[in-house]
Amino acid sequence: MRIAIVDESAVRASVIREGLAELADCEIFVVTQRRALVAEISRIDPDIVLMDLGNPSRDVLEEYFAVSRALARPIAMFVDDSDEEAIGASIDAGVSAYVVDGFAPHRIRTILDLSIRRFHAFSRLQTDLAEARGRLAERDAVDAAKRILMTSRKMSEPDAYAELRRTAMNQGRRIAEIAEAVVMAHKLIGGNGG
Amino acid sequence: MSGEFSIGFLPLVDAALPILAHEHGFARDEGLSLRLVRDVSWATVRDRLIYGQTDAAHMVAPLAIATTLGRGNRPRALSVPFVLGLNGNAITMRPELAAQVAPGGLLGDPAQVGAALRQVAAQRRDAGRPLRFSVVHRYSSHNYMLRYWLAACGIQPDRDVEIAIVPPPFSADALEAGEVDAICVGEPWNSVAVERGVGAIVLVTAQIWRRGVEKVLAMPEDVLDARRAEVEALVRALRRAAQHFVEPEHLAENAAILARAEYVGGDAELIRRAIDDRLLLRQSEPPVHFPDFMFQYREAANFPWVSQAEWLYTQMVRWDGGAFDPAQAAVAARVFRPDVYRAALLGTGEPLPGASSKVEGSLVGKTVVGTQQGRMVLEDNRFFDGRVFDPTHLAAYVAQDAEHDQGQA
Repeated sequence: MRIAIVDESAVRASVIREGLAELADCEIFVVTQRRALVAEISRIDPDIVLMDLGNPSRDVLEEYFAVSRALARPIAMFVDDSDEEAIGASIDAGVSAYVVDGFAPHRIRTILDLSIRRFHAFSRLQTDLAEARGRLAERDAVDAAKRILMTSRKMSEPDAYAELRRTAMNQGRRIAEIAEAVVMAHKLIGGNGG
Repeated sequence: MSGEFSIGFLPLVDAALPILAHEHGFARDEGLSLRLVRDVSWATVRDRLIYGQTDAAHMVAPLAIATTLGRGNRPRALSVPFVLGLNGNAITMRPELAAQVAPGGLLGDPAQVGAALRQVAAQRRDAGRPLRFSVVHRYSSHNYMLRYWLAACGIQPDRDVEIAIVPPPFSADALEAGEVDAICVGEPWNSVAVERGVGAIVLVTAQIWRRGVEKVLAMPEDVLDARRAEVEALVRALRRAAQHFVEPEHLAENAAILARAEYVGGDAELIRRAIDDRLLLRQSEPPVHFPDFMFQYREAANFPWVSQAEWLYTQMVRWDGGAFDPAQAAVAARVFRPDVYRAALLGTGEPLPGASSKVEGSLVGKTVVGTQQGRMVLEDNRFFDGRVFDPTHLAAYVAQDAEHDQGQA
């Protein structure tokens, strides 16, 4: 069985590939380039195409399937008609799939389940990463705001921090937000260093 | 869940009405909140809609019918209670091709441009390098308008020229890279090609069919049934957005909203020109005013005429192949829901036509039409070749098309 993974994110594609590697008798192909997509798919001649739901090339690929259906290779969207649950789960996870007609439904189900799990794992990874980046950026802002207060108002570092904290509590906002506002205000009035 | 609609859309100027209904508070006034979901392919908009991630969508009209008929996907009955606009697309060619087929100037007579194009298309076909056009989707008004024009000019699509699919945001790139010779796409993507100097706007689709149905608000039929009162409220909010969209004093403000990255993105000036029916046809020329290039409100533009759904079905039969099926035609006709539109706007100041279907392409000048409410004047709605579509004789129209296309073979 030949599986094509189409994804403009090479990282996600490899995460999915890794997840499918445990399947027996599977050959897996990864396509990340938009430009050569149709030619690549036609060369790979896959039994199943897995593609991220929001991929900009989906209309192009569906057109290729529609045209090639008229010729030789019928490819249908998703699993057999009864498998609503699997389809719903895959859409929610952001996976779309195109499957050659007549492909055994239980095998598709297995592949879809594996891909969905990998998609989820990937988006968790992304969220974690974004959070970590956010925390770093917040710490930077607090440090910068402290420095501004220390220079412009001749405060000690603990006093500067206490000032930020007091303002945040009074306004019911997070310290990082207050710090960002201080940095922004400082930049606007032409200070340097912020 | 109650009162909330998530609405899928593609970054195009004609996604304006749901966006403005949200931004100007028209939805809120109706007790609704809208969540707009931006995508980059129609397949994704369709899938989110039919598998319940969104409640409604900005959609090319033929795709709503194709989805209901199960063409290219698992069948899912969709309903259209509101049309988001007529026309607003253009055909943009590589500058050297534009110069060849429109020497007398751009936005010329479509029949004359077609006659010149026919010569070039034949040469290119015989040289084994057929002209290549792009449209945004197999089931798009762009595809049907382009094919209608080409075929009527004696250029048979798929034989004399190739027609590929390129998503709107990549159309200008495809032209620039030489992957296609011409694109048929909505705004701002023609203007993006012109600004970059990689294309010239040769025709607008309003020249092919003066009042051609374009984008619709589509939703699953069961959602419409289950949330009927809220859907009617949504129709009222969209109608106010349409009114607001066409008023010149709101032009700059609306263009600026649409230009935000979460909506259409890009240059507000290009969007402003499209809304104002002013197009820069060729780089470093002044914009040209083409009235009714985009048609978002007047003359009951938002009314889902059943005859327009039926015209789209005849074109689906024509270009997908296969036989005309009266049962399928009836299913296609039922996708457009004038009854919902009427119920929503009854008692408002909005004129409501008396009929739900009309002969398309038959009006040459201003015509007063019978109404259920208000006064309504319809204007020129012709096809460029003067053909008339009578929805009471669908089979005959399909047969005319088939006879024409076979005669070309």
